[in-house]
Amino acid sequence: MPEEILLMDKITKVYPNGFVANKDVTFSINKGEIHALMGENGAGKSTLMKILFGIEPFEEGRIVLKGKEVRFNGPLDAIANGVGMVHQHFMLVPSLTVAENVVLGMEPKKGGMFDFEEAVRITEEACNKYNLKVDARAKVEDLPVGNKQKVEIVKALVRGAEILILDEPTAVLTPQETAELFVELKHLKEQGHTIVFISHKLHEIKALCDRITILRLGKSVGKANVADVTEQDISRMMVGRDVVLKVDKTPAKPEETVLKVRDLKIIADTGKPIVNDISFSVRKGEILGMAGVEGNGQSQISEAITGLLGYQHGTISVNGVDLKGKSIRQIRELGVSHVSEDRNTYGAALVASVKDNILSDRYYKKEYNSGIMMNDKVINEMTDNLIKEFLIKCDDRDDQVKMLSGGNVQKVVVAREFSNKPALVIANQPTRGIDVGATEFIRKRLVELRDEGTAVLLISADLNELLELSDSLIVMNEGRIAAYLEDASVITDMILGEYMLGVRTQTPEEIARVAYD
Amino acid sequence: MEFLSSLFELIFTPAFAASVLRITTPILFAALGGIMARRCGILNLALEGTMLTAALFAVIGSALTKRAVLGGVSAALADPALVSKANFAGIIAGFIVGTVAGILMALFLAYMAVGLKADAYLAGLAINTMTTGGTVFILYMVAGDKGISSSLDSGSMPFIDLPIIKDIPILGEIFSGQNIMTYFSWICVAIVYFILFKTATGLRIRAVGETPSAAESVGVNVKKVQYIAMALSGLFCGFGGVSLSMSYVQFFSRGMTAGKGFIGMSAMNLGNASPVGTAVAAFLFGFFDAMANVMQSMSIPVQFVQAIPYVATLVGLVVFAIQSDNKVKKLKAKQAK
Repeated sequence: MPEEILLMDKITKVYPNGFVANKDVTFSINKGEIHALMGENGAGKSTLMKILFGIEPFEEGRIVLKGKEVRFNGPLDAIANGVGMVHQHFMLVPSLTVAENVVLGMEPKKGGMFDFEEAVRITEEACNKYNLKVDARAKVEDLPVGNKQKVEIVKALVRGAEILILDEPTAVLTPQETAELFVELKHLKEQGHTIVFISHKLHEIKALCDRITILRLGKSVGKANVADVTEQDISRMMVGRDVVLKVDKTPAKPEETVLKVRDLKIIADTGKPIVNDISFSVRKGEILGMAGVEGNGQSQISEAITGLLGYQHGTISVNGVDLKGKSIRQIRELGVSHVSEDRNTYGAALVASVKDNILSDRYYKKEYNSGIMMNDKVINEMTDNLIKEFLIKCDDRDDQVKMLSGGNVQKVVVAREFSNKPALVIANQPTRGIDVGATEFIRKRLVELRDEGTAVLLISADLNELLELSDSLIVMNEGRIAAYLEDASVITDMILGEYMLGVRTQTPEEIARVAYD
Repeated sequence: MEFLSSLFELIFTPAFAASVLRITTPILFAALGGIMARRCGILNLALEGTMLTAALFAVIGSALTKRAVLGGVSAALADPALVSKANFAGIIAGFIVGTVAGILMALFLAYMAVGLKADAYLAGLAINTMTTGGTVFILYMVAGDKGISSSLDSGSMPFIDLPIIKDIPILGEIFSGQNIMTYFSWICVAIVYFILFKTATGLRIRAVGETPSAAESVGVNVKKVQYIAMALSGLFCGFGGVSLSMSYVQFFSRGMTAGKGFIGMSAMNLGNASPVGTAVAAFLFGFFDAMANVMQSMSIPVQFVQAIPYVATLVGLVVFAIQSDNKVKKLKAKQAK
């Protein structure tokens, strides 16, 4: 009979803004197992782990560790009780050596001085015991990512971690490093450690984990022995559709190609390719949806097209004009509009007024200026019309945008981006985190734009939105296009989920169809 | 040609080399103070004001202590034994009071930046402005003069003849007979190195300055470490202040730091906050400062010479930035193939 080491019983967490991140979540792990925690973005995995690690308080429920009820007041408390965590963003000091990072906060001393040799000894002892090969004297900044992760694991183990939480550890690793990590984790398991493994990648969970708990929309929707379930089962539990918002739309009548992306490659500062040789096209009068688990290159693609991010290889052209070397204004002048996923950085200037936000992409144009002065009359009229047309709820055009609700801020962004007769709209998470009314409004406007002959690239984490709005779909997986689905109306969320998670892939020939060459 | 040979005549003299060492002393102390602040992640723009405050309080502490020991008797009339006792007490008190003033000033900045989370840049600027006027105000209160503290009888740190070295020609002239604060500044370079790289506190300071979240996640008290580092920053600025007003001159005059705190900060930046690199940079700045002094006798504008080290800093920073940018570009280009 396996011994239960940790039980999180009926945990409920409500954030101050009323968002229920976890609702009656029960999460139980046994000693000496590798337990997978799965779920989509926003499913509540991170919140649950933050609660366990003492970073976030919780409203209801209890945590039982080794038969005793506990409540941690912070990470240090958790560490003292044998719970360690390897964060997605490493908590390491780059210019220090591996040994110094490992002992930081509990430095060995000799005669009042820091005993570096003892630190090296402690580190090497742990490395040998747990079979984690890393040079204790090397500087962390010189290490490859995989080794940095090992340092994090050693850090947790040296501090006495029995339960080790790994938050998407393979997201930053190469396949070789991932394979190495799995060998090491299995070794740790044999030595009696318990591991919580958070991941999106089904094949990894199949290869590594004993049991699995799946969260969806803040609730635990399934628990199983990994051996007893297929990848399809898991994907079905993870990706479920909820309320369907219907959008009325007629079939698309796509015309000539507007956006043409060919062999695009984008490399991160770490040297890892984030977007790997992809080609696709968006035609006049169609909405091409881009699906994918977040972090598979979608953001970089939208930033590259709109001029915010450079790219190393390939071409992007709009109506036959190559965008390479063009400024953001030049790209906009070609009729490219951008609804950024980061509303507060690129979408709107929060301390500026509604009027100024709308004016920000057109202030220099002749029609809004008379001589060296701005033409207030024309500007005010234009602004008031847009406020009316886009149903922006504000008292006055001079209201600061930060006073508005999220949905209304997004409406200001959309009013600007949709009202300049765009040839191409890049809509990245256009309805994330906003109310139902505004969501419906923005979706309707997107379809209207399409009918007026605009090419739309819709990037969204909301499968519902993608399936409702898109005419065709491409699915991103690990920086590549995993599938091109020509007719979005016959696709189910199930199939989409399998492509997103890499259970299914299409042949290169099938994918190449999206280039329309 | 004629110009260069006359310049070389002025520079290649033991007296010039000795003046470089003398001029470098406060710059080096300020730079060491800058290292401690930078290493714990706080921008200490107040090195200048801190040093100025320390210089003033060193003089006041020294003079008042001397007066107290003498008990109101004029030094000229007092018993010689009592006078030497008073001198000694004055030196010690001046050193301590000046240093403590420096520490308190740096802790004040730390309190604003760490405790109250104010912008360290603005707080540092405010301290500099405040001390520019504040020191004159206090000087007037104590000495009754708004320019110089000559009415206060303050002490001087001893000048030291180095045994053996003093008898070596040229070297003796350069290195021997300097003020004790000059030799002490060299020792402090080693002390800073030792603190940063050989003690657990130093390890924590470096970790906190570079990645506070990492340090915090393993239980390091980030604020406490920053207060400690800032106190050390103030300590070295305090030494710098003492070296200004109690060694080569024995008085305080308004604005006597004359930008040496900022020069020290530049030296720290040029040396990338490493003790040895910073010391080398400090001597470089000291050299140009000394050169500016001798060039006053020539027909070159002093300001031109004084600008050289700063231009060198700018060029160095630009080259450094371009290099690291190229590195990333190369890496990306390699991957793209």
